[in-house]
Amino acid sequence: MNDVFHLLDRFLEFSMPHLVAVPILVPMLTAALMLLMNENHRRTKSFLSVVSGLVGLLAALALLRWVNAADTGGGPGSIGVYLPGNWRAPFGITLVADRLSTMMVALTGVVAFAASIYSTSRWDRAGVHFHPLLQLQLMGLNGAFLTGDLFNLFVFFEVMLAASYGLLLHGSGRLRVRAGLHYIAINLAASSLFLIGAAILYGVTGTLNMADLGARIAELAPGDRGLVHAAAAILATAFFAKAGAWPLNFWLVPAYSAAVSPVGAVFALLTKLGVYTVLRLWTVLFAPDTGASAAFGQAALVGVGLATLFVGAIGIVGTQRLSNLAGFSVLVSAGTLLAAVGLGDPAVWAGALYYMLSSTLAVAAFFLLIDMIERWRNAGMSVAPHEAAGNAPFLAEDLRALDDVNLDDDAQALYGRAIPAGVAFLGLSFMLCTLLLAGLPPLSGFVGKFAMLSGLLDGRAVASAGWTFLGLLIVSGFLSLIALSRTGIRHFWTQPHATMPSLPALEVLPVAALLAACVALTVWAEPVMQHAQATAGGLRTPTAYREAVLGAKQKPNPVPAKKEEAKP
Amino acid sequence: MEIVLAIAIGVLTGSGVYLLLRPRTFQVIMGLTLISYAVNLFIFSMGRLKVDSEPVLVEGFKATLANTADPMPQALVLTAIVIGFAMTALFLVVMLASRGLSGTDHVDGEEREAVE
Repeated sequence: MNDVFHLLDRFLEFSMPHLVAVPILVPMLTAALMLLMNENHRRTKSFLSVVSGLVGLLAALALLRWVNAADTGGGPGSIGVYLPGNWRAPFGITLVADRLSTMMVALTGVVAFAASIYSTSRWDRAGVHFHPLLQLQLMGLNGAFLTGDLFNLFVFFEVMLAASYGLLLHGSGRLRVRAGLHYIAINLAASSLFLIGAAILYGVTGTLNMADLGARIAELAPGDRGLVHAAAAILATAFFAKAGAWPLNFWLVPAYSAAVSPVGAVFALLTKLGVYTVLRLWTVLFAPDTGASAAFGQAALVGVGLATLFVGAIGIVGTQRLSNLAGFSVLVSAGTLLAAVGLGDPAVWAGALYYMLSSTLAVAAFFLLIDMIERWRNAGMSVAPHEAAGNAPFLAEDLRALDDVNLDDDAQALYGRAIPAGVAFLGLSFMLCTLLLAGLPPLSGFVGKFAMLSGLLDGRAVASAGWTFLGLLIVSGFLSLIALSRTGIRHFWTQPHATMPSLPALEVLPVAALLAACVALTVWAEPVMQHAQATAGGLRTPTAYREAVLGAKQKPNPVPAKKEEAKP
Repeated sequence: MEIVLAIAIGVLTGSGVYLLLRPRTFQVIMGLTLISYAVNLFIFSMGRLKVDSEPVLVEGFKATLANTADPMPQALVLTAIVIGFAMTALFLVVMLASRGLSGTDHVDGEEREAVE
């Protein structure tokens, strides 16, 4: 076994730093290849999509191994830097794979792989170009996680957003177009803010490289600091809109619940990208060694996070529709993460990173599960017949009949073998999702929340923000539990069903895999938590990041043989 | 020159934000377009405003920003223009789809009842 790992490490060593570009290049090339085929080649496209997802996932896991293994790179915590144009760091574009980015890329790989398998069962036929858009979305996400350059981050954001516009509209219909219109308008406005912020930062510091920005801000004249802070605030507004932070999140729940379910699962990653960007830029730009700028805007970050958590928790008890529940769960998790980031304590960050893995996987699984539950309960509708007739008491406004939600154009027979014990699977999975989202023991949602709170309480004197965070985290978990169990009771225990759900294996496997990943996170919590703690420690003192990026060596130009001889 | 550019950016942004907050999709798209113009001018001005300086490196000039215009914001603006153009085109398509599906150009896809 050790020999295998040794061989693997040698191979990783050989393929670095080019491996850093693989999670971006593979989806891009796959999407380009798919665009050449017309819509009759659906099977081929599905196959390509799944293969590309697998390759991307393996590359991400290999990067994760490279970053952590003892005998690769510079040992544990080594940072892989790839210079795509072979220009030195502050001048050219850089791709940086450190612990945080590789973890995010691996998370993206897992969720996207599951979603792409799920979509091949049914949803990729609801419109055109589903698989190429999904690949471009992956490319944008991976690029945004791996880039070390502010403007490049903008470009990858736009790639990711453009693909997400298409994916949100997949399946068409009035509801999706309306949600899509709002979503696009909000994101175009946020992109303008992103550009303004990036431009001010360039105007003041003369660089767009994230590592270089931190070093330049440390040496800035006091008169220019105000401009940098304004730029950071404008940038943060753009990222808050992306992360779903209150009050910029009114678009989120309608958009996420209107999207088809595999898209909803992938969209669970998009808010995490917003959180990742806030964490990355905040720690790099306003590191402890940046003098008067250190930890700028901390109070605002905590406040926004707590407000989001509060709004999400209220929203989750206020809704009865399954897909809205998932949307509000996304808000709860985004609020928790933003507040935890803002608290600025590496011990809390470590818990938050673990929680991010767990909650993203759980929400993605929940989005996929909802689709199966609703199809079984309501014969393809989002509202049960007896509810639509007005017989059920206490129905919320959002349970009105929606005729145009399920728009898969051909209601053809499902292919793939249906698994036995469908109801048991749906019920058990729903219960696991409830435990994960509410953060109850014994699963990873609990471990994540516990790690955050113990990090908070172990540290120095807990401020009032810390106590509010503690209270809101527990209350929001309780409210999620109420909302989810209420919905579970209504869907599984109220009415006997004449028909058993027919669940194709292609849809069951991804959900089972995502939930199994959460169980694995619980069982192997120790190594994951060690990785998270090391990540948080590295974020606290970004000198290693700066040195790795700014010290990255160019590849020497190939020299003609004659000249080489002439040299002494 | 600075004051003219600053006023131009301010007016474009102000009009853009006003239009963005209007209830008709056409007004929203015009607002977004005006904002993107303002942003492009703003990025350009972040490379410092200069008159009569060489746009590229020329023989005999010392290659510092004191002698040449900053090429970086120009590259950024070019990228931003291309992306903004594509996004506006995509938004236009969604806008037309919304008009076709809902029969109205209201951003919510349905008319509010008049209150006045």
